[in-house]
Amino acid sequence: MKNVFSLAVISGILNTMMGLATPFLYAALGETIAQTSGVVNLGVDGVMLLSGFAAFYVALSTGSLWLGLLAAALVGLLLGLLMSFVSVTLKAEQGVSGIGLYMFGLGMSSLLLKILVGTVKTVQGFAPVPIPVLANIPFIGPILFRNSIPVYGAFLLVPVVWWMLEKTTLGLKIKSVGQNPAAADSLGISVDGIRYLSVCMGAVLAGVAGASLSISVLNLFQDNLTAGQGFIAVALVYFGGWSPIGVLGGALLFSVVNSFQLWVQVLGVKIPASVAIMLPYILTIAALTVTVNRMRQPAALNKPFERGES
Amino acid sequence: MKGKGFLIAGIMIVLLAAGVFADPFRIAVVMPSATTDMAFSQSMWSALVAIQKEMGGESALVLKYSENMYNVPDAAAAVRDYASQGFDVVIAHGSQYGSSVQEIAKDFPQTTFAWGTDVNTFGLPNVYAYTAAAEQGGYVNGVLAARLTKSKKIGVTGPVEVGDAKTYIDGFVQGVQSVNPGITVSKTWTGSFSDVALMAAAAKTHIASGADILTGSSQSVVGSIGAAKDNGGVLWFGTQSDQASLAPKLVVASQVYDWTGMLRDIISKHKSGVLGGVAYTLTLENSGLKVAYNPAFMLPAGVKAAGDAAINGIAKGTIKVEP
Amino acid sequence: MTTRSTTSPGGKRRASAVDWSRIALNVFLPVLGVVLALVLGAVMLLILKANPLAAYASLVNGAVGSQFGLTQTLVKATPLLLVGLGICIAFRANVINIGGEGQIIAGALMSTWFPLFFHSWPGWLLIPATMIVGFLAGAFWGFIPGILKARLNVNEILSTIMLNAIALQLMNLLLQGPLMDPAGVAARTFLAQSAQLPQQVWLPRLVPRTLLHAGAIVAVGLAIVVYVFLWRTTIGYDIRAVGLNPDAARYSGINVPTFQALSLTLAGGFAGLAGVVEVIGVQHRLMEGLTSGYGFTGIVAALLGSLHPIGLIPASILFGGLLVGADKMQRAVQVPSSLVMAILGLVVLFVSGSALWSRRWAARRRIGEQRDQESGA
Repeated sequence: MKNVFSLAVISGILNTMMGLATPFLYAALGETIAQTSGVVNLGVDGVMLLSGFAAFYVALSTGSLWLGLLAAALVGLLLGLLMSFVSVTLKAEQGVSGIGLYMFGLGMSSLLLKILVGTVKTVQGFAPVPIPVLANIPFIGPILFRNSIPVYGAFLLVPVVWWMLEKTTLGLKIKSVGQNPAAADSLGISVDGIRYLSVCMGAVLAGVAGASLSISVLNLFQDNLTAGQGFIAVALVYFGGWSPIGVLGGALLFSVVNSFQLWVQVLGVKIPASVAIMLPYILTIAALTVTVNRMRQPAALNKPFERGES
Repeated sequence: MKGKGFLIAGIMIVLLAAGVFADPFRIAVVMPSATTDMAFSQSMWSALVAIQKEMGGESALVLKYSENMYNVPDAAAAVRDYASQGFDVVIAHGSQYGSSVQEIAKDFPQTTFAWGTDVNTFGLPNVYAYTAAAEQGGYVNGVLAARLTKSKKIGVTGPVEVGDAKTYIDGFVQGVQSVNPGITVSKTWTGSFSDVALMAAAAKTHIASGADILTGSSQSVVGSIGAAKDNGGVLWFGTQSDQASLAPKLVVASQVYDWTGMLRDIISKHKSGVLGGVAYTLTLENSGLKVAYNPAFMLPAGVKAAGDAAINGIAKGTIKVEP
Repeated sequence: MTTRSTTSPGGKRRASAVDWSRIALNVFLPVLGVVLALVLGAVMLLILKANPLAAYASLVNGAVGSQFGLTQTLVKATPLLLVGLGICIAFRANVINIGGEGQIIAGALMSTWFPLFFHSWPGWLLIPATMIVGFLAGAFWGFIPGILKARLNVNEILSTIMLNAIALQLMNLLLQGPLMDPAGVAARTFLAQSAQLPQQVWLPRLVPRTLLHAGAIVAVGLAIVVYVFLWRTTIGYDIRAVGLNPDAARYSGINVPTFQALSLTLAGGFAGLAGVVEVIGVQHRLMEGLTSGYGFTGIVAALLGSLHPIGLIPASILFGGLLVGADKMQRAVQVPSSLVMAILGLVVLFVSGSALWSRRWAARRRIGEQRDQESGA
């Protein structure tokens, strides 16, 4: 266990954590909004993949990263509309429709990669943008204030989403639709409309999550680039108790342990790699068993709403 | 005189017709990942395409493929289907396909089955097996890396410690230690062949801990190469396919699996009636393995000489690399 | 969990009446969903310059057009049916089990180690024993999220997703070490597979020169068992009551969390059994990649079967045929396999959306019946 707790190693762990946490944050915060309105979207990974490809391809062809980001958001929106239509209007079994969305996104992204790009190519992604003065603070400066714009965005999103859900009328409507759709309906709130909006917001953010991978953290696209991170993001929503702060905590916990286990391997600590890789997953469950989950699940989660039906 | 001319012309026409209307040779390949994975599957597919070009295109060699066949019964169905469609050679390009080949080959005695990476032909007359001695190119890469590293720290980003990922890395470590046992080689495993993000994070961790050279295996190493590129000064050694295109300034060399020699041999053997029974191993000696130096990278002459010496040593057998 | 039901609240009585028109609709609408998705797929095929008619003809041909195709369909249907049965039980208690992948691995690991360890046992003992321990291993992997939910209120979607990843790494750990095939170590190939299992534990093949194994019969038999369990036993009734109306169930003294944990445990057991039959029936050894996504596609099959164990039998065959046919289609017109995956995704999306109409229709019928009853007809 020679150097694991030296300052240099700890700052290295935290640094890697930032890049790992970014896609989780975008996707999980988006899914929080969707689930607060009562809809589970298990297809987040598929949205991340197809939008991530769109961002990559547009950035590759036009040279503009911002256009790529926009493309990702647009693709996310379209997929969000598709998911809303199937899950809200057609009232499908949400777990299953989510799986269908995942398969579609996975297949389409690989297909488009093959026919539009061909081989694996890299792009010049978002470069780190140090924030003057703050970046020079010892120890935390390089970790927090020397990142790329998408990384900053992911962390800034936490208070934004919190504020939207807790302090705006829209947030109130979203929560009421998720808690008691019949009551919300009788008050004149369009349950389906709010759910469409929430699912689409979630999907747009999932799209940005995908873009953060393809044009910021990894700067390339390959088959199944996300390797299941979208599902982890959905799990983190439950971990966080449908609270943006809780989701931040979950994303950071998962990412820091993942980063930690890589350092453990690099430093040559004698632990089988497979056990090290398991650590983030085990600790996430463990963390939830010892913390008290104050937030209750939105009562109408995973229940399509039909006027006249309970 | 005229008669002889006509005879010659007639013979030439017949030969020409035979050549033009001769049935093309047909090869089908079943692979566990995509043809564009920059790694295992791509190495076989690009070899087949090269052979096709060599033989004269689609009219001489018909190629069909099934990719992403990670489900073994599905792959078995594909292999059996191609065999029953009358393909001359069916390649099951994945070590998990072995028992399927063993079962199916018995039902199609006229078809040649080739599978890898393994050395077992099951004692069947129509099965070829093939493998790559990945540890050899690994050794050479290790020798080169050991001579190029300034920080004396090298990072290895691997997927799962099995198969040719393991043997390549074992060879690499031996190569490094043959030059300087004092160099630290750190290994990380991500537990997945496809998790690019985790591979990139692993690479960044190596770099942050002081490594100035990286290597690794599987299609997810594109993440490691990306991390090296972001850093700008970290060098990369590749395997399975030539990875220079991903980072032209940073890739020093790649071990390349060149299946073309083996494929040529299988095709000619099949045509002459020998449908199987040989276990091929790609080595540096038979040129099945090549170390492809990246022409865009300025390799100091002394280092290259050491690399070439390692290649020669392994090929001649004076250097032994054990995975 | 949706509060629609396929039996009325008077559970036991209604179960014996077979609602043929309902069944017809439950079959017709998903099929319509499949057709719609295939139409969209045809558009994509045209863009890729493939002939959609030839493509879909080869899809059908691949699934049912030959003896081998038919047996492949059944080979694929077997794990779908087994996982689906577990999903069925869990759904009935209002629990969604997405831990199938991990539970399959647990069953597969146990059914690899056990026969290798007890390799001297005769087949008639080893096969059922392996199946039982494999079921128990999967059940354990379902029990963990179950008990965490019941006792510590840990959400099961979170715990099952985490446990899927943990199971995968556990398999990697064992395959890299104690379970690695000694032949592979000796030959220095180090392949990610176990030794071949002793022959007496191999499930007998039903049709020679195909992969169809006796596990298919076991699966169908278990479907009937699950039906009886859910509709003819008290425990089964309680599980369904929990799913239909958790508050009412609690009122009548049923411990809801316990039954939800039980249903997750059972679901895990069936998924584990899917892993067992893949190992001892199909591959005769453990290899990485054996789950092939059945943990998720089993959920789709369960929905296609209207979450009814008997309905699951034709549903898993249909879905299995779709998967087999899709592979054949890929080979025949040489389109990328990712296109096939995208089309399958559309199929799942559309089929899941088709459930609406069957439910609305059923609701209208229920209202109509109620009115008839009230008016004394």
